Amino acid sequence: MGKTLAEKILSMRSGSDARSGEIVVTDVSLVFFQDTTGPLTLRQFREAGFDKPAASVRAAFFLDHAAPCPNRELADDHTFIRNFAFNNGCDFYDVGEGVCHQIVAELLARPGDVILGTDSHTVTAGGMGAFACGMGSTDGAIALGLGKTWLRVPESIRVLVSGSLPRGVYAKDLILYLIGLISADGATYKALEFSGRGLPTISIPERLTIANMSVEAGAKAGIFPSDEVTRVYLETQGRGDDFMALTPDPDAVYEDTIEIDMASTVPMVAKPHSVDNTAPAAELKGTAIEQVVIGTCTNGRLEDLAVAAHILKGKRRNPGTRLLVVPASRLILQKAIDAGYVRTFIEAGGIILPPGCGPCLGLHQGVLASGERCLSTANRNFKGRMGNPESYIYLGSPATAAATALRGEITDPRELIDIT
Amino acid sequence: MLKGRAFKFGSGISTDQIIPGRYAYLRSNLPELSKHAMEDADPDFICRVKEGDFIVAGSNFGLGSSREHAPLVIKMAGIRAILAKSVARIFFRNAINLGLPVLLCDTDSIDDGDELEISLESGIIRDVTNCRVIGFDKIPEIMLCILNEGGLLPYLKKHGSFDISSDS
Repeated sequence: MGKTLAEKILSMRSGSDARSGEIVVTDVSLVFFQDTTGPLTLRQFREAGFDKPAASVRAAFFLDHAAPCPNRELADDHTFIRNFAFNNGCDFYDVGEGVCHQIVAELLARPGDVILGTDSHTVTAGGMGAFACGMGSTDGAIALGLGKTWLRVPESIRVLVSGSLPRGVYAKDLILYLIGLISADGATYKALEFSGRGLPTISIPERLTIANMSVEAGAKAGIFPSDEVTRVYLETQGRGDDFMALTPDPDAVYEDTIEIDMASTVPMVAKPHSVDNTAPAAELKGTAIEQVVIGTCTNGRLEDLAVAAHILKGKRRNPGTRLLVVPASRLILQKAIDAGYVRTFIEAGGIILPPGCGPCLGLHQGVLASGERCLSTANRNFKGRMGNPESYIYLGSPATAAATALRGEITDPRELIDIT
Repeated sequence: MLKGRAFKFGSGISTDQIIPGRYAYLRSNLPELSKHAMEDADPDFICRVKEGDFIVAGSNFGLGSSREHAPLVIKMAGIRAILAKSVARIFFRNAINLGLPVLLCDTDSIDDGDELEISLESGIIRDVTNCRVIGFDKIPEIMLCILNEGGLLPYLKKHGSFDISSDS
């Protein structure tokens, strides 16, 4: 019997014939930590009695959630992490380098890897053909010390995409549509595996957006095959040697198959306060928005900023709508400057935030006032997510966000994009 | 035998509601952090909860962020078990790693304020207030081993690594 991508990768890394439902102990290729979950990890690492990280695992630390620090307590946490990384020779990405998931995808993730991170959006790396899974700080500490973890091999739900995304409709709309379809626990404990005739039309940046949000349907992993698209991306990053082709077996067994004709998708928005509370953007016309956020690990890549800049070029934001732009990495910010996008955002009345998580989790850099509504390209809209339980968060694509910033109300971007 | 009061919650309680991101600066000061447990789900919870009480929830409890601080502050607030119709996977694993039992059962018949008695060994929840008995799903073997040792760190101190042989 053939294997799904999850079964193949876990078989490779555990040295066993891993099948859905079984428990395996697997090698970990990469384990990474961020600044709000890292300190607890390091204390548990010490408590567990480890001297140093296992030689077999690559470890990386990122200062991205509180970057730069809004207070002394988080600054002390940063010192703690910085010192550990330095003393143990771990990869380290300081304030301003960008969000962990973006850097992992750009520089570290390889097809066929088992990647763990103490952040639920670790699933983003599934866009690179890795089995990437979020865990808590203690599990992260043990993976750091042993170079291994235990996992139940998940059943896979196959998502077969056909056609291609129409003009004005993006990967974010596709994944919001899927989450609305299967609900916030529709894929709990499962791997979402993406394939289909339409797959070659989906770029790596788009795969990262889709994989990033797979956890919002409860998924353990969101995995794409490693194909020609992956190979070209790795070559452009100077990492051609990291390529390995990886596809599911034709006779792999899936728990369920969902077919999506991408040509029929439309711009989607997730309404407060759950990610599966979705509706077409067009149905929410008239909803006033006080803050727009474009960026984050979900939609902070150069391609995302390009889409938003195209809509905003030569125009100004609605006076009652703040516009925050948060690029996902330093590299992206640099390229966005070179391409003129940053000028466009500033001339539109926008604010450029440091590469990092920005206002996504309510820590700093754009906390909402009571009663305010925000349209964000991030991945979560739970009550209180952006720092105020009396505020309302809508999620959408960079195009929807840019159109909304111009009009001051939720706007289907196809009204502003020439779709002929 | 665990005995305590049920604090009833609905479905889809996220880890953002359990321990909001705006308190991230307290994550290295756990006693202070724990004062904000469940704050965006029920601001009064922390004033009313007593040692030995239970959280009883609907479906998909603990969805969202992987922050282990979520089950941690719940445990520090005195909660001795979480009962829910379903639980998000990272939260479930984190709770077990901390030695906090998470029991999957039909919670519809349990009301806020009910007095419960729970026997983990026999798999029985007795709602003393409405005279009902509910069973809960068997916890996966490796997680039960971790839970019985009191959490992942004590488990590893005893076993050295992950022991997934069938008699572990």
